[in-house]
Amino acid sequence: MRRLIAWLILGAALVVIGLWIGCGGGGNTSEILIGEYSAMTGTTATFGQSTHRGLMMAVDEINAAGGVLGKKIHLLTEDTQSRPEEAATAVTKLITRDRVKAVIGEVSSSRSLAAAPICQANGVPMVSNASTNPEVTKKGDYIFRVCYIDPFQGEVMARFAFSTLGIRKAAILKDIKNDYSVGLAQYFEETFQKLGGEIIATQAYSEGDIDFKAQLTALKATEPEAVIVPGYYTEAALIVKQARELNMTMPFVGGDGWDSAKLVEIGGASMNNTYYSTAYSADDPDSVVQNFVHKYTARYDDKPDAFAALGYDAGLILFDAVKRAGSTEGAKIRDALTATRDFRGVTGTITIDSDRNARKPIVIIAVVNGEMTYKETIQP
Amino acid sequence: MSELLQQIINGVSMGSIYALIALGYTMVYGILRFINFAHGDVFMVGAFVGFFVAPVVATLVGGSGLATAVLVMVISMAACALLGVTIEKLAYRPLRSRPKLTVLITAIGVSLFLEYGGQLVFGPDPKPFPALIPSIMIVNSRYLVLSSNSVVVIGTALVLMIVLRYIVFHTRMGTAMRAVSFDHRAASLMGINIDSVISFTFALGSGLAAAAAILYGSVYPSINPLMGLFPGLKAFIAAVLGGIGNLTGAVVGGLIIGLLETLVTGYISPVYRDAISFAVLILILLFRPSGILGRHEAEKV
Amino acid sequence: MKRHLSKLYLLLALVAAAIIARYQSSIGPYYFQIIMYIGINVILASSLNLINGFAGQFSLGHAGFMALGAYTSAVITTSLHVSPGTAASYPVFALALICGGIVASVFGLLVGIPSLRLKGDYLAITTLGLGEIIRVIIQSLNFLGAARGFTGIAKLSNFFWVYAVVAIVIFTIANLVRSTYGRGFLAVRDDEIAAEAVGVDATRYKIIAFTTGAFFAGIAGGLYAHFVTYINPSQFGFLRSFEIVVMVVVGGMGNIAGVILAAALLTILPEALRAVAQYRMVIYALLLIIIMISRPQGLFGQRIDWGRIWRRLSKRPSPPAEGKT
Repeated sequence: MRRLIAWLILGAALVVIGLWIGCGGGGNTSEILIGEYSAMTGTTATFGQSTHRGLMMAVDEINAAGGVLGKKIHLLTEDTQSRPEEAATAVTKLITRDRVKAVIGEVSSSRSLAAAPICQANGVPMVSNASTNPEVTKKGDYIFRVCYIDPFQGEVMARFAFSTLGIRKAAILKDIKNDYSVGLAQYFEETFQKLGGEIIATQAYSEGDIDFKAQLTALKATEPEAVIVPGYYTEAALIVKQARELNMTMPFVGGDGWDSAKLVEIGGASMNNTYYSTAYSADDPDSVVQNFVHKYTARYDDKPDAFAALGYDAGLILFDAVKRAGSTEGAKIRDALTATRDFRGVTGTITIDSDRNARKPIVIIAVVNGEMTYKETIQP
Repeated sequence: MSELLQQIINGVSMGSIYALIALGYTMVYGILRFINFAHGDVFMVGAFVGFFVAPVVATLVGGSGLATAVLVMVISMAACALLGVTIEKLAYRPLRSRPKLTVLITAIGVSLFLEYGGQLVFGPDPKPFPALIPSIMIVNSRYLVLSSNSVVVIGTALVLMIVLRYIVFHTRMGTAMRAVSFDHRAASLMGINIDSVISFTFALGSGLAAAAAILYGSVYPSINPLMGLFPGLKAFIAAVLGGIGNLTGAVVGGLIIGLLETLVTGYISPVYRDAISFAVLILILLFRPSGILGRHEAEKV
Repeated sequence: MKRHLSKLYLLLALVAAAIIARYQSSIGPYYFQIIMYIGINVILASSLNLINGFAGQFSLGHAGFMALGAYTSAVITTSLHVSPGTAASYPVFALALICGGIVASVFGLLVGIPSLRLKGDYLAITTLGLGEIIRVIIQSLNFLGAARGFTGIAKLSNFFWVYAVVAIVIFTIANLVRSTYGRGFLAVRDDEIAAEAVGVDATRYKIIAFTTGAFFAGIAGGLYAHFVTYINPSQFGFLRSFEIVVMVVVGGMGNIAGVILAAALLTILPEALRAVAQYRMVIYALLLIIIMISRPQGLFGQRIDWGRIWRRLSKRPSPPAEGKT
């Protein structure tokens, strides 16, 4: 019996592998193939699935409106399991087997860094939705992004903390395992010190941690006027909640990684007196944003976070570029992407600069009475 | 001084969560001599059962309160006990006479299955766990804060440890468990039904994981399908440190790891926190291979 | 069956690798990428097979050795600004790989020392811990990029490098364990106390297994770094060590050919399951459980009996059973 099962498994495995080698390629000419690589499973799946949902909406909307260049957009999604080498394989598959015209992804800079050289070498444009490490777009002239880069956002956060909040002595609590957090903390520190502020303590945690009281107690002893937490909402909510339990009443400041309705759902009333910078706010009265929020909520029964909005914008900017290029040729799409000026996306009015990074205004959100409220907009 | 005291409180409350999970690890190890890597994921399932059951129970009982909390915990413990017994029956029992490494790989398979299955069923995003146990500040001064959460968690860990000790040392099933742990074959020759003893152990261990999960959720109200990975690993270290197979050892080990991590984070560097807890574990194992409270077993030829 | 692999085998394999490497561009980039990952995983699994399968030392720290090799070699090639294709790139890359292997094997020695006192699960958790310590240290070193990772590594790995190392690993391990000397590994694995009693120096065998295994894992790390061109400490966590252990156990501990096949199979499987998207890791996990339950000794057992397979395929009557396999 067992032997039979073993042979069956082996047989099935061979059939699956045979099919895998046999199939692939092609696609019909009435569609434009676009590839997406995203963390659908693994440690950062919560962000990967958000960007994927946003992108799916963008695709369905453009197809409902007649598609691009008279053709429908056909999206192929590959999972990266939240691992860089999987990202490299996924993108290679999308480009060389499925022959996609352009690639969208990824949230994590480490995965984008593994995939970008492959896109560049094959002359296929890649639009990253949320990779903030400046290195990503330095991989070549086919690599773009729709989110902020760490230096820009770090600078804005520092200016906001220094000027608007009047903070002079700040403490930083960063995620040592996460490149986004480490990068943001570094650029915040640089600007803040240049302005004349002082970083009196730096503490760290690791992605997946749940107890931050040790770090917070140590920070509390240094009596900072504000604590900067450049991480993701998954940890930030718990950090602020535990800080309040330790009687730390000072403001907490974060970046766009904080942007999710979950922040207040998990953190509750503790989140009052916290601020974060982001590209978009679900409460923004702007019709483009509200339209997106309504459609998203109706479709997924969930409020869109910043990742969903960035996923959506990455799609829209790419489709717009294909339209303007009038062709699905890699070099032409690249040129059109480079020429993107004042594109009205959900995450702001986006202009692609000469380093292929998105330039767009930054919004500061304050949590007041458990509600995320718009505070101010800072132009690039 | 007050900072040190605060850090010790922090460490003990973190450590008692590790201790709760470690109790389950150590029981299974004591009987079967194998690391149940899926234990941390059973813990995760316990938290999600609590998450889905809590609103239903709250409407039935009427509002949140002690009764709701206890009921949610009992339901979650029962569900996980069932899960634990099922896992053992389907995945581990067929391999009982096989080399340990084989069972370990199966346990990794079960662990991956629960994690990825959890991402598929529950979604990968963190869920806010409902506040079942109201948190009250017991000490609330500018320098020192002690919330009832910490006391509840430590108290539960101690109570569960005492109950477990009673079960293991003063009941018939407990005697059978010790006999099986001592020598499988001799125990079965004495008329002990090994299968039912092992099932009982898994039920108990998984139930404990669920209890730990409910407390964990109340203190750290953010749960996700991968939440079992790190506490599971830490609890395992705690179990080994205290002397795996030893109930008091698991609690002692959990508290030591919790304190150590907190003090390292607070006074040395959080960067090296995980490295230092592993380093201490390795040193203890090198000089006292059976852990702090473990019995040393000479290897027989 | 011939016990030793001759040097002719090694030479032929190296020549074959060199010839295929000349035509590697015609394989198709996607399959080529997977073939490269298969090669790297074969090296990792085979080297762990020496520690786990032959010497019987339960190690969960292989990813740590891999990380050391990856970072060491990456630092060397990037600081010397080696670009692929140049004549200078070959000796420098070889040197960088070997340095990576040496650094890893020094740590292998360090990890091997606890194995003199600890066994089984205790050794497993200790090696896992040492692997994690290596990762944490790399993560805290700014000149290695810390959490932001190490970028801009030249793409020096090609078919030749990976498969030349595969051939060397198989050659080394097969000859090591099949020699009279190498029987000591099996003796230590099967019964350490009895082996000591008849004069086998168990300490020495364990140390040899750990240093050799770590050396090749370090080289695999170097090949990996120069293929993916971007490395990050989180790529070398304990889950990676688990994956390698799974390859060894599924292939059959101590079964050289079985482990190679398992490494290939388990690399291809998640790729082949791409069609089922989000379900693939769940299916992968289920398959793992079913394989372990139905074939606890590994898919291919202790040894692949090529003779029997041949007889079966050619429908010749099989000779009388020789007892238990």
